[in-house]
Amino acid sequence: MRTTRQPGVSEGRAQVPGISHPDGEAPSGESADGGLRQELLTLNFGPHHPATHGVLRLLVTLEAEIVRDLKPVIGYVHTGIEKTAEDKSYWKVIPVVERMDYLSYYFNAMAFCSAVEALAEVEVPSRAQYLRVIHLELNRIASHLIWLGTGALDLGAVSIFLYCLRERELILDLFEMSSGQRMHTRYFQVGGVIEDIPSGFERKLREFIAVMPKRADEYAAILRSNEIVLERLRGTGPLDAETLLGLGVTGPLLRAAGNPWDLRKAAPYSSYGDFDFKIPIGTVGDNYDRFAVRHAEIYESVRILEQAIDGLPEGPFITTDRKVALPPRHELATSMEALIHHFKLVTEGFRVPPGEVYEPIESPRGELGCYVRSDGSSKPARVHMRDPSFVNLQALAHMVKGGYIADLIAAVAMLDPILGGIDR
Amino acid sequence: MPDAPGLELLAKELGEAALETVYFRGRATLIVDPQRIRWVLGELRARGYRFLSSVHGVDHYPDEPRLGVIYELLDMSRVDRVTVKARVPLGEPVIDSVTHDGSDGPGWPTANHQEREVYDMFGVTFRGHPELRRILMPEDYEGHPQRRDFPVGGEPVHFTYNDPARRAASR
Amino acid sequence: MRRELLGAAARDTSATEAEARAEQGALRVRELTASQLLRVSDLEGANPPAALEGSDLERNVRDRVLTTTLDKAVAWARSNSFFPLSFGLACCAMEQFQTAGPRMDIARFGYEAFRASPRQADLIILAGRVSIKMAPIIRRLYDQMLEPKWAISMGACCSSMGVFNNYALVPADKFMPIDVHVPGCPPRPEALMHGVLKLRKLVQADPDLGWRERYGALGTEEKPLDA
Repeated sequence: MRTTRQPGVSEGRAQVPGISHPDGEAPSGESADGGLRQELLTLNFGPHHPATHGVLRLLVTLEAEIVRDLKPVIGYVHTGIEKTAEDKSYWKVIPVVERMDYLSYYFNAMAFCSAVEALAEVEVPSRAQYLRVIHLELNRIASHLIWLGTGALDLGAVSIFLYCLRERELILDLFEMSSGQRMHTRYFQVGGVIEDIPSGFERKLREFIAVMPKRADEYAAILRSNEIVLERLRGTGPLDAETLLGLGVTGPLLRAAGNPWDLRKAAPYSSYGDFDFKIPIGTVGDNYDRFAVRHAEIYESVRILEQAIDGLPEGPFITTDRKVALPPRHELATSMEALIHHFKLVTEGFRVPPGEVYEPIESPRGELGCYVRSDGSSKPARVHMRDPSFVNLQALAHMVKGGYIADLIAAVAMLDPILGGIDR
Repeated sequence: MPDAPGLELLAKELGEAALETVYFRGRATLIVDPQRIRWVLGELRARGYRFLSSVHGVDHYPDEPRLGVIYELLDMSRVDRVTVKARVPLGEPVIDSVTHDGSDGPGWPTANHQEREVYDMFGVTFRGHPELRRILMPEDYEGHPQRRDFPVGGEPVHFTYNDPARRAASR
Repeated sequence: MRRELLGAAARDTSATEAEARAEQGALRVRELTASQLLRVSDLEGANPPAALEGSDLERNVRDRVLTTTLDKAVAWARSNSFFPLSFGLACCAMEQFQTAGPRMDIARFGYEAFRASPRQADLIILAGRVSIKMAPIIRRLYDQMLEPKWAISMGACCSSMGVFNNYALVPADKFMPIDVHVPGCPPRPEALMHGVLKLRKLVQADPDLGWRERYGALGTEEKPLDA
């Protein structure tokens, strides 16, 4: 039984024990003469499966334990978000669109708000930009923590799951402090953020900044030298950067293959240019590199957080353009214009001049783009989120062809798909 | 993004395939003839736009040609983006798929799932696509949900004003 | 205390009351009646007020008390060891993880054994939005679960339509019976825990009817209309 592995991986890694014919000669792969006839088995990794991250269905064609072909079937959590968004005013689209990629909710809101700000030509004040960066990076860390927890859970390391959830609770406490909600906070608004951070947020954030690198060191200490983790991740599911670029893959998957493409550095938005941080990249592009890149990104995000909270400028937290942002409540008692603006914004919403815009940002999974087409009314004519997981999923088949089922599980874990984003 | 003169030069180089150029909010859009879409994308690839970020659809109800397919291209070395738009009429929503390698050049594998999504949501048929079937909706679903004349749907919420049974029960 | 309540003087009124309520089949009331009957039948020469006579009564009483006590014990055991199906659909699944996490520890109550196979689970927590493609699959999973089984609809999307009232979603009530609906988008871990504990009380046949019980408003629940 021949063992087919990707080139560049050591041959001694695993030999599938031959299924020997009673006469003693080992049969060839698919031929029917002489030896045991082997069939390809199509196995259904159904939408309900403990190891698919969400309701992902994989039709896997197997030859013994080796994956020959893979077909993902998606749509099991299709929510019609884009259709619902056409029905609501721009302000109300923000909570709808947040629930798309449900682990990186701030990023969804950021992409949409940036697109509408570009369309309506709204300036975001720098304090709002820094606050946005703080929340975005906190969300990035939270997303990577769930990825690490569930990924390690798939590999069998159950305790990491609980440690990551413990850290995530700290982040969700911070979110609750700034906006009142743990998830889907509706904190980002067109023009800035909905509210300034309360007193005590900075202190708690600094405590988190002090603690998080140590905890990340703990995860590394547990996982990096663990033989099982190394055995399962090293050399499995490799894919080179050229194929990935052809497949449209961005984010940590591309960076693990060696291409340092990161929109925060390449096309800085929302004051990312003010911060000094590194982009971790990998060399081989196998599952271990993907794990290492995401793990290193946690440290870089903490660095950004520290610089952001240190340099948080004073100023308004949302644009002063009353046609787009609500006036502060104390003004409603004294100013007639403020009352009228408030009324118009809450009932009808603001109107956006007609046009189309595509605004990409860097989410924890890759390039998250938001395409908004407006026809001049107060409701968008088309909202499309270019979700990174939707595009990255196409790389899964290429990653696991020729590998084992166990490598498939590791590849799905390291791919970090979020089905809410894939299905929208 | 190429600036406005750069966009005009690009359009000129593409000749009659480029129907219109739009330079809006610092972003460049080329509206092209849907019959030449593979050639156009190939030309842009030769000019450095080698990364296809996104393929998505839009419905210009009620203007004809109604259905538009939008391709977002990115040049990573110069950090340059250009949008290519092809509009097809509702009566004959067919356009060449850019997924597969053809006689006119290599394809863009990333467009596979994305074109399926445009087919599913808008009903645009992509000629030559290796596996054009529904991706998000169930296989036997009828209708194309993202079209503007498709109803949003959902469950009706019963209040007393719109539901006679509740009105009777509340009396 | 019950002895005083069921004392000879109060026996008649409480007996008729008990009979009336016993018709509704309340488990606790049956238990009360049964224990009352047992106590009364212990007394020599007393006239049992129940409708059964002689050996029938004795057998009934023996069965009743045994079954009710056994029922109660079994219900207690079941309610304290749900095996939830590890089933997360969307954002609510993230909060379900947090409920199983260290802070809001679902293991405190005994429910940490998330089972992947529906054959081994008895509680399905629908965490997230149910699309039309997924609904038949969830129904199949629910059918594969063995009796007794319960279902919690977590979050607004599966209980009602949630944020998205559109063509793609189905409220869970349309295709499977749900025991507890937990509101929220997503519900906090505390809210999910509250829902699970409500289910626990329900399983112990001591449903927490909430404010309706306290304010004597039983019977004011809105019944779903036949669509």
